[in-house]
Amino acid sequence: MTTPLGDSGWTKELRRARLHFVTGKGGTGKTTVAASLGLALASGGRRVLLVEVEGRQGIAQLFDTEPMPYGERHLVSAPDGGELCALHIDAEAALLEYFEMFYNLGFAGRTLRRMGAIEFATTLAPGLRDVLLTGKIKECVSRRESDGRHTYDHVVVDSPPTGRVVKFLDVTRALSDITKSGPIRGQAEGVVKLLHSPETAVHLVTLLEEMPIRETLEAIDELAKAKLRPGAVLINRVRPPRLPSRSVSAAADGRVNTSRVRSGLEAAGLELAPDVLDGLVAETVEHAIRIAAERAAMEQLGEANQPRIEIPDITEGVDVASLYEIADLLVEKGVR
Amino acid sequence: MAKAKHLDIDTLIDNPKTKVVVCCGSGGVGKTTTSAALALRAAERGRTTVVLTIDPARRLAQSLGLEELGNVPKRVEIAGFEPAGELWAMMLDMRRTFDDMIIAHSEPGRADELLASPFYQTVSTSFSGTQEYMAMEKLGQLVADGEWDLIIVDTPPSRSALDFLDAPNRLSSVLDSRLIKLLTSPARASGWGVRKAFTAGLAMATKAISTVIGGQLLTDASAFMQAFNSTAGGFKERATKTAELLRSPGTSFLVVAAPEPDALREASYFVERLSDESMPLQGLVANRTHPVLADLPATKALAAAESLDKDGNGPLAAAVLRLHADRLALDQREQRLLARFTRAHPGVPVVGVPALPSDVSDIAGLRVIGERLSGNGTAR
Ligand SMILES: Nc1ncnc2c1ncn2[C@@H]1O[C@H](COP(=O)(O)OP(=O)(O)OP(=O)(O)O)[C@@H](O)[C@H]1O
Ligand SMILES: Nc1ncnc2c1ncn2[C@@H]1O[C@H](COP(=O)(O)OP(=O)(O)O)[C@@H](O)[C@H]1O
Ligand SMILES: [Mg+2]
Ligand SMILES: [Mg+2]
Repeated sequence: MTTPLGDSGWTKELRRARLHFVTGKGGTGKTTVAASLGLALASGGRRVLLVEVEGRQGIAQLFDTEPMPYGERHLVSAPDGGELCALHIDAEAALLEYFEMFYNLGFAGRTLRRMGAIEFATTLAPGLRDVLLTGKIKECVSRRESDGRHTYDHVVVDSPPTGRVVKFLDVTRALSDITKSGPIRGQAEGVVKLLHSPETAVHLVTLLEEMPIRETLEAIDELAKAKLRPGAVLINRVRPPRLPSRSVSAAADGRVNTSRVRSGLEAAGLELAPDVLDGLVAETVEHAIRIAAERAAMEQLGEANQPRIEIPDITEGVDVASLYEIADLLVEKGVR
Repeated sequence: MAKAKHLDIDTLIDNPKTKVVVCCGSGGVGKTTTSAALALRAAERGRTTVVLTIDPARRLAQSLGLEELGNVPKRVEIAGFEPAGELWAMMLDMRRTFDDMIIAHSEPGRADELLASPFYQTVSTSFSGTQEYMAMEKLGQLVADGEWDLIIVDTPPSRSALDFLDAPNRLSSVLDSRLIKLLTSPARASGWGVRKAFTAGLAMATKAISTVIGGQLLTDASAFMQAFNSTAGGFKERATKTAELLRSPGTSFLVVAAPEPDALREASYFVERLSDESMPLQGLVANRTHPVLADLPATKALAAAESLDKDGNGPLAAAVLRLHADRLALDQREQRLLARFTRAHPGVPVVGVPALPSDVSDIAGLRVIGERLSGNGTAR
């Protein structure tokens, strides 16, 4: 189905990561790909936590389950004995949890929340929200069971879109939003260390269209500047090119060899009315223009020199079964 | 399949009673493109039109001559473009609109102090909801100008179409001065519906919040809000006033959606919300559809492609047949999704805008979109 052109497989470097952020332009497939990646990493008996931070219940929607409370829970089984768990981190709940731990607020905590004061605090100091979220993520990544093994082999985060992801991960900057002392600050150092280590990779989901590609390239740059590790570029919704590649550029210019098409069709026993033939040619030109644009996009993506993985478009739409299909494909490409 | 009523764009934009058209929808569906195409078409059909775009794609902005940020409408003047009416365009500058609002509404001498507040820096650049708030503010100004036959408004790129209606209120409730007062001096809480027993706990909680975000930030916020409210009457009142504008006769909403499940779900929410608020919805623009252009069933096309493959000749014809079958499948899916929308909202008129094969970034492209919007110039 996919062209080998863009595929480089899951590299050795990527295999070192245990914490995977999945970002991309809005609507490119972050949630879909994050869930599939979680399944792929869990297959073969591992345990993976899929984390949501934007408060949108995207995971519940995708898996067609009840909205998730703030708490880790089993989501689905993964192929060959694995387990995918899910956590919806709610920044406000996390902040309250914090306060209760350190200040013993009792009723007042809930009252504050009801009045919107917690939302107010996290809005006023946007960095605070990010510090709380990444703090909780780090806790999940580092947690161990009594036998000393990590509770989760991998943690996959359905992350904010490309435009905001670097800010989200730049905990050092976020800290400037909050006071110089206090418990939240103390924990942040460990978070910074984890996010900048080879244990963390930031994957980018893109479509083969101009704007998502541009945002992807910009994000790769920004990530590198912030000393964060861009991971794989996951090229989503790839559709099969149908035209022989030598015919593409001519067809994209409107030059389709109509008599060749007609005689081919006749050879297959199809005698078509002229307007049907014209329609087919018009469709072919549109197809060729798209393929040509996708090729250009792919070339542009080549500039970035990141590992690339292609994920096919699912014409009928994505359901839970398709997530397993995409996961299988990712495993085939070496994801583990 | 459920048949939708046809959305008649030309009747809408030609009607002298149509003063404002707001294009809503979730991110990336083509709101900006649709707004610009509508404005261009209205201008070519004789109306003095202004389009307020928000975050247009760079090349589109360039071709409309919008590179320099002016935050006021500029006439679109391009060689060979001679509309019967006039086309003016602008790109929203959120920060500048906010600055102007502060300057216009504060006492002399006070504005500089407000603009310099560190709290203001945060609100005006990184609060969510500020862009929506300022889009409404700007729309209010354009209406007040009284110079336009027709104002077309694009809306900010947010994930939910509802944000345009909700964000201004959300922003103003976060900025609600009572909450800030409470956080800076919890003693006043007693006058605010909070029982005495809580007051001590509240003091503790506010202390907790200020240990985390810093007392300075709260003090700044409080000072800013006091100064602002004393002059501009508060964010909430302003938001309410501009929201009224959206309810006035002469304002119409179009919801733009791609023929995809998420975008149509958002469109559904939006349609329901408008009807709850008795705001006038004109219809749905289903943007970027892929109607088939040749009447040939998929089974027949695929069978023929297979027989060609077997004989090893006619690779071009086989490819043409396969891409036609792909397109049929895509078209069917899109029609199914749109039919589902129409079943849920039978009264909402719909127009499909077939996708151009490449991005829309110049006057010629916008004109084609305009033709497709009005149901002309396409196969279906
Ligand atoms: N490979 C695919 N084939 C077909 N459809 C896909 C594929 N990947 C994603 N989609 C569809 O695209 C839409 C957007 O996907 P998704 O919600 O995962 O994106 P997102 O990046 O998380 O969006 P947002 O920015 O809104 O969070 C969904 O309807 C999804 O089903
Ligand atoms: N009917 C269409 N055919 C082809 N491309 C389109 C069409 N409508 C929009 N586009 C392209 O889709 C992209 C997103 O459109 P835009 O109007 O910026 O969306 P929004 O304002 O809703 O975020 C742009 O690159 C635009 O050129
Ligand atoms: Mg998502
Ligand atoms: Mg836009």
